[in-house]
Amino acid sequence: MTKEEFTKMKQELEAEYLAIFKKTVAMHEVFLCRVAAHPVLRKDLNFHVFLEYNQDLSVRGKNKKEKLEDFFKNVVKSADGVLVGGVKDVDDFFEHEKTFLLEYHNRVKDASAKCDRMIRSHKSASDDINRIASSLYTLGTQDSTDLCKFFLKVSELFEKTRKIEARVAADEDLKLADLLKYYLRESQAAKDLLYRRSRALVDYENANKALDKARAKNRDVLQAETSQQLSCHKFEKISESAKQELIDFKTRRVSAFRKNLVELAELELKHAKGNLQLLQSCVGILKGNT
Amino acid sequence: MSDRARDPPPERTDFEELEDADDLFPEPAATEESGPASLTAEDISTNSNGPKQDSQFDEDPEDLFAEATEEVSLDSPERDVLLSDGPSPAITPITPPTSVITPCLGHDDMFTHSSFDEIEEEEGGDLFDMHIAVSDPEKVGDGMNAYMAYKVTTKTPMSMFKRGEFSVKRRFSDFLGLHSKLASKYLHIGYIVPPAPEKSIVGMTKVKVGKEDQSSNEFVEKRRSALERYLMRTVKHPVLRKDPDVMQFLESSDLPRAVNTQALSSAGLLRMVNKAADAVNKMTIKMNESDAWFEEKQQHFENLDVQLRKLHASVESLVCHRKELSVNTAQFAKSAAMLGNSEDHTALSRALSQLAEVEEKIDQLHQDQANADFYLFSELLGDYVRLITAVKGVFDHRMKTWQKWQDSQMLLQKKREAEAKLQFTNKPDKLQQAKDEIKEEIEELDAKVQQGERDFEQISKTIRKEVSRFEKERVKDFKTIIIKYLESLVQTQQQMIKYWEAFLPEARAIS
Repeated sequence: MTKEEFTKMKQELEAEYLAIFKKTVAMHEVFLCRVAAHPVLRKDLNFHVFLEYNQDLSVRGKNKKEKLEDFFKNVVKSADGVLVGGVKDVDDFFEHEKTFLLEYHNRVKDASAKCDRMIRSHKSASDDINRIASSLYTLGTQDSTDLCKFFLKVSELFEKTRKIEARVAADEDLKLADLLKYYLRESQAAKDLLYRRSRALVDYENANKALDKARAKNRDVLQAETSQQLSCHKFEKISESAKQELIDFKTRRVSAFRKNLVELAELELKHAKGNLQLLQSCVGILKGNT
Repeated sequence: MSDRARDPPPERTDFEELEDADDLFPEPAATEESGPASLTAEDISTNSNGPKQDSQFDEDPEDLFAEATEEVSLDSPERDVLLSDGPSPAITPITPPTSVITPCLGHDDMFTHSSFDEIEEEEGGDLFDMHIAVSDPEKVGDGMNAYMAYKVTTKTPMSMFKRGEFSVKRRFSDFLGLHSKLASKYLHIGYIVPPAPEKSIVGMTKVKVGKEDQSSNEFVEKRRSALERYLMRTVKHPVLRKDPDVMQFLESSDLPRAVNTQALSSAGLLRMVNKAADAVNKMTIKMNESDAWFEEKQQHFENLDVQLRKLHASVESLVCHRKELSVNTAQFAKSAAMLGNSEDHTALSRALSQLAEVEEKIDQLHQDQANADFYLFSELLGDYVRLITAVKGVFDHRMKTWQKWQDSQMLLQKKREAEAKLQFTNKPDKLQQAKDEIKEEIEELDAKVQQGERDFEQISKTIRKEVSRFEKERVKDFKTIIIKYLESLVQTQQQMIKYWEAFLPEARAIS
């Protein structure tokens, strides 16, 4: 590999690393802001420690056993979710939210996947432009006619436009793809919340039935009563917070989309204008020379 | 033919002066007149008038600028050479000589440059006013015997055609037939004949089967555009455009079917055998190149070939990825539209549908750009890769000519040795007869050797001119097309800006 190719490759890798870094940083920031904005979570001690402790936190990753536990928990949860999901909710709000979230989640998943594919094609197209630029460069250095300067100029142009195209792909990734991915996970989390509420509801109804049975048999009435009251209380609390959370979810979603879509459009515009200027100036020079 | 050559006597003398001064041909000046004419008679096996003009001018390949100093005197012989030798006997149906010359005569005043090449270019540049369009592909026939007929429209102010504008219907095998005729006439004397578009069994079968889908439409369009470029390149060549086969192809409404171009015909098999034989021969011929120019040019074309192929591959890959991008963008647009539908916040829902619309428009933009990538850039490169193969073929022919010359020279040598040996034998009765035989053979071979040498010189001269013309065309072609391509990129970006600018207020409107 020649020196030029080496430096070019180094630059490319640096640009890629920078793009990935930007993405990760943005994700982390969104996460922390979310936690901080939440009225309950912001008071969590773990959160405070995370923000303030200025030495290494030494967080242990999940070992194999814990991962396996997680996996089984998920399986149980999804099975349960199917059972619980069949129960029709009395509250209209929650019923509507359930159907909405289900549909939304699926569509976001689809959009996220297609967006990723689109961005990948964009990246491979810009890689091709890179190869074209280097071929044109070799042609330019080898050619002995008028064309050599021409080729060199076009090669230079393609180098620059390729950088811009790569940045477009990266920005699209950052603003659009990540947004969709985030909301994919958020909608999943919202679905989980609803599941927990439905679980609580089922428990509450079961407790009611148990109480009625106990009253009928006139045995363990007090026990049944306390458990019923507990589950009722749990259910009502979860319903209340769920309602609040879901409304927040909507507002957050709207503002996040707005922010990202606006930024996406602005960046696309900026890059397109930059590209246009490069191309126009190059065409002007080439036309002037011929 | 020789009568014609002697037609304008005064000019002949000028010409002879020139000859004497340069003293090129070893023959005495008296035979000089018949020299070129006979050269042409032997040179061209079929009907053509191409090389004749050239043999008159390029006496001394090394001293190209010798003519330059004798510029004024070159005028009249050149003109009159055209007058006398212009249209070969083959162009019988066409008008008498003067019609070919009228365009030339008008440019007397222009012939005051010092470079011979420039003269050629001026002549070519000013005469070149032809425009050929290939259009209206329509399917004729049914099933496996179906074929596409293309309308070939020619617009030309040149008076050697009967009308200024005319069109004919041609099919693909007609084009291939034209190319094979031109190749058999001109390639072996050093002219770079533009290669015809390639056959494609898969593509054609799809069209024949009758699937009116995207890919077969694309195939037909690709072919139509390739045929148009092929014809334009052929008529840009100053010699080829006057060829009777080309004129017949462009003008006559009925053309005999070129069956020899079918891949599975006997001619096709013969072609394959010849190709194999050629490849073997190429490996065995070891030419000692006396002219550094040729070696340099061959190297140059080799390098160019490699580089262009690489570039072509990258551009094809770009076309592929851009098409993919377009498809994926369309899919994303649909998905975003669905997302917008399920979103219950009205402003966001509207914004998402707008995003979907923008992406849909952008996917169309990518599709158009991919087409531009292909038709402008990729096809240009593909054409030039094939053209360079033709150029390399021409260089190979030169080697073959050299080989022929060397072979006949060796044979002559052997005969001479045999003659010398005969001198020393002691068989008087057979001696005289054998001596006469050998003398005859030697004379024959001598003529052959000289012919071979002349052929070799001729082909070298022709190749030099052709290569310089080719390079000029290449520079022009690349510049024009790449600028066009860049302009297409400019347009794409401008459209993109419009679309995103329209979207931005919608995104901002989300409350």
